[in-house]
Amino acid sequence: MSNAAAHADDRGHAHAHHPALQHHFDTMAQQKEAAVVGMWVFLLTEILFFGGLFAAYMVYRIWYFDAFAEASRSLSLFWGGLNTAVLIFSSLTMAMAVRSAQTNKRSATVNWLILTMILGTVFLGVKVIEYADKFEHHHVPGYNFEWAHEAPAAEGEHAIAPAAEGAATEGHRQLSLSPAQLQLTTQIYFSLYFTMTGLHALHMIIGIGIMLVITRMAYKGKFDEEYYTPVEMAGLYWHFVDIVWIFLFPLLYLVERHV
Amino acid sequence: MLDKLKIPERNYLNNGHGLASWLLTKDHKRIAIMYLISITVMFFLGGLFAVGIRLELATPAGDFVQADTYNKFFTAHGVIMVFFFLIPSIPAVLGNFLIPPMIGAKDLAFPRINLLSLYIYWIGGIFTLYAMLAGGVDTGWTFYTPYSATGSNSNVVPVALGVFIAGFSSILTGLNFIVTIHRMRAPGMTWFRLPLFVWAHYATSLVQVLGTPVIAITIVMLGVERGLGFGIFDPARGGDPVLFQHLFWFYSHPAVYIMILPALGVMSELISTFTKKTIFGYSFVAFSSLAIAVFGFIVWAHHMFTSGISTYAAMVFSFLSFSVAIPSAVKVFNWTATLYKGAISFETPMLYAYGFMGLFLIGGLTGLFLATLGLDIHLHDTYFVVAHFHYIMVGGAIMGYMGGLHFWWPKLTGRMYSEFFSRISAILVFVGFNLTFFPQFVVGYLGMPRRYHSYPDEFQVLNVLSSAGASVLGLGYFLPVIYLLWSLKKGAIAGPNPWGASGLEWQMQSPPLTENFVEVPIVTHDAYEYEHVVAKEKHLV
Repeated sequence: MSNAAAHADDRGHAHAHHPALQHHFDTMAQQKEAAVVGMWVFLLTEILFFGGLFAAYMVYRIWYFDAFAEASRSLSLFWGGLNTAVLIFSSLTMAMAVRSAQTNKRSATVNWLILTMILGTVFLGVKVIEYADKFEHHHVPGYNFEWAHEAPAAEGEHAIAPAAEGAATEGHRQLSLSPAQLQLTTQIYFSLYFTMTGLHALHMIIGIGIMLVITRMAYKGKFDEEYYTPVEMAGLYWHFVDIVWIFLFPLLYLVERHV
Repeated sequence: MLDKLKIPERNYLNNGHGLASWLLTKDHKRIAIMYLISITVMFFLGGLFAVGIRLELATPAGDFVQADTYNKFFTAHGVIMVFFFLIPSIPAVLGNFLIPPMIGAKDLAFPRINLLSLYIYWIGGIFTLYAMLAGGVDTGWTFYTPYSATGSNSNVVPVALGVFIAGFSSILTGLNFIVTIHRMRAPGMTWFRLPLFVWAHYATSLVQVLGTPVIAITIVMLGVERGLGFGIFDPARGGDPVLFQHLFWFYSHPAVYIMILPALGVMSELISTFTKKTIFGYSFVAFSSLAIAVFGFIVWAHHMFTSGISTYAAMVFSFLSFSVAIPSAVKVFNWTATLYKGAISFETPMLYAYGFMGLFLIGGLTGLFLATLGLDIHLHDTYFVVAHFHYIMVGGAIMGYMGGLHFWWPKLTGRMYSEFFSRISAILVFVGFNLTFFPQFVVGYLGMPRRYHSYPDEFQVLNVLSSAGASVLGLGYFLPVIYLLWSLKKGAIAGPNPWGASGLEWQMQSPPLTENFVEVPIVTHDAYEYEHVVAKEKHLV
């Protein structure tokens, strides 16, 4: 038992405690291990949280593939792709922040954290643009939902003839759904789209909130090579939120959008 | 020596006075006490709705309340009892109080998160109670779509939101336990020296952490459907209400194990202590908890045999549901083997343990009836199902909780309750319970459906028996409130180890110090070894 051994090593030593050591832990190592295990368990719950949505998505994607492919084509590859790049880059800056905290570089930690927050905000800004577009096109599920098949996506190379007309162009399968059916089932796609991306965005907002606190702590010099757990935990969370997007992007934007 | 026992001058109860010292505490023991008070209030509130149900069903005609009101009664009873009493009951009270001392730790790994979980529970409770006051909700505790999404005119969203919020309290408790058990064990406290109570809570925590987020997201999907007009489960737009049932039961079936597993853990402690024997087949009992947690996740669709799922899926789920019986039986057989030739005694906690074994057995075996595909067609949504799950949840989980509460009460408070009255109450609970729920097996088999406020005349005798039993059961639950409160002031001083139990928690003073132990204990022996307990007592006398 490694922790039992850690206990045994530490007992009897009367050396000065790190200010961040809480009373019920014996060592900083034990405290950090607890936080790491706790964070991973938390991320596990997050996986199952999003998992329910992914399960629903899979069911309906299989049932209503054509509607999903059709609805997916109305999303903008440019904005989606840009956001994917932004988020991946923000994961890098986050990792740099953790590394800087670990190596006692206070101002670098603060700067990397601020950069990460900026990238997160850019992502959210793009999301606002995309959502506004959905509102404009009546693609928000509910009473005003309207799947107008004459309104194709603005960008992207597949923005040409919508297959709802029955033309099996560009390697799409022939659509088996009538416009009336599309009107109903694309709504399921957009219900999932808004729930999934909305929850993801909420997680990003929470992440930025956490980072504000962490940045303040870093600015005040609370972290050193012995204690940088909060930065690392925020990092784990941020990477998790990124990974969710890495799955959301192809599932939502790239349904049957192969070259 | 014994008559000189005193309540220790310094303990967690008098370490700080006033409301703030409780509301802002990070002490797992104080948080456990606050949970105890909260869930007791919820228990009696949920019980009040059960009184309404039983009053209505005393006569065949729907004469006590309107059908609508009756729907709200059983929904409120279900929601409060499941999400606000049973789920937190043993883990948040007994587990919270006992896991750190049982493994020789000063506190849970995350004391602040522990307090946060209590606040989250309260906030969830406020939402749910608000909805009850604002007119109630009539969907049943299962919130089945499409009725809950588009049909019902009652307060679905606030109740669902309350359940959603309370779920995070459950997740945080489970997370805290997992980390604590992994990282906070005292030197020498290896995994296979852990008390079985801790093993059971570890398994429970896994279910809480893996299952609860799924009900959370399901409620989110229901919420956006009802609140924002999204269509995920709406059959009018091609959505699938059965998908809601799948997602709902993916949590809500394992949730049954969140309720029963901790009670199984309590049972192991009780049976070992009151027979003064090492538990028979320790590792089997430990692993059977994990097995129940794992199996619990792959049997959910047995709630849906009549919902139109594929026959092949139903066959697989039927088979898997049967296999849950194996680890459950492992436990019961091992307890029985522990009783064999043990120094059995009949203190109140042990009375509950005996009651538990009988009722859990009946509840478990009738579960096999329901897992049988053909029979389930007949029994689905009848009182047979109601009786079955009450045997597990009331006869199992609450009996375990009551047994545990009586067993550790001297540790919680430092004082003994009235042995006489507590035995009376244990017997009342057992008799009242069987009188309430056994007739329901019969009336259900005869075809009385659940969730109706009136029924044909020929079912009246059995329903009157049930209502009469419920009043005995209610008395059995109310008595402890009186004698336990009485014991706080007048009870005999318990001393550190009134039962001669072997766990580490009994080496603390009663009530314990805020930091639990004077110095970190070093564990040198397995769980349930009584030689050193006896030796210590002889040494004292």
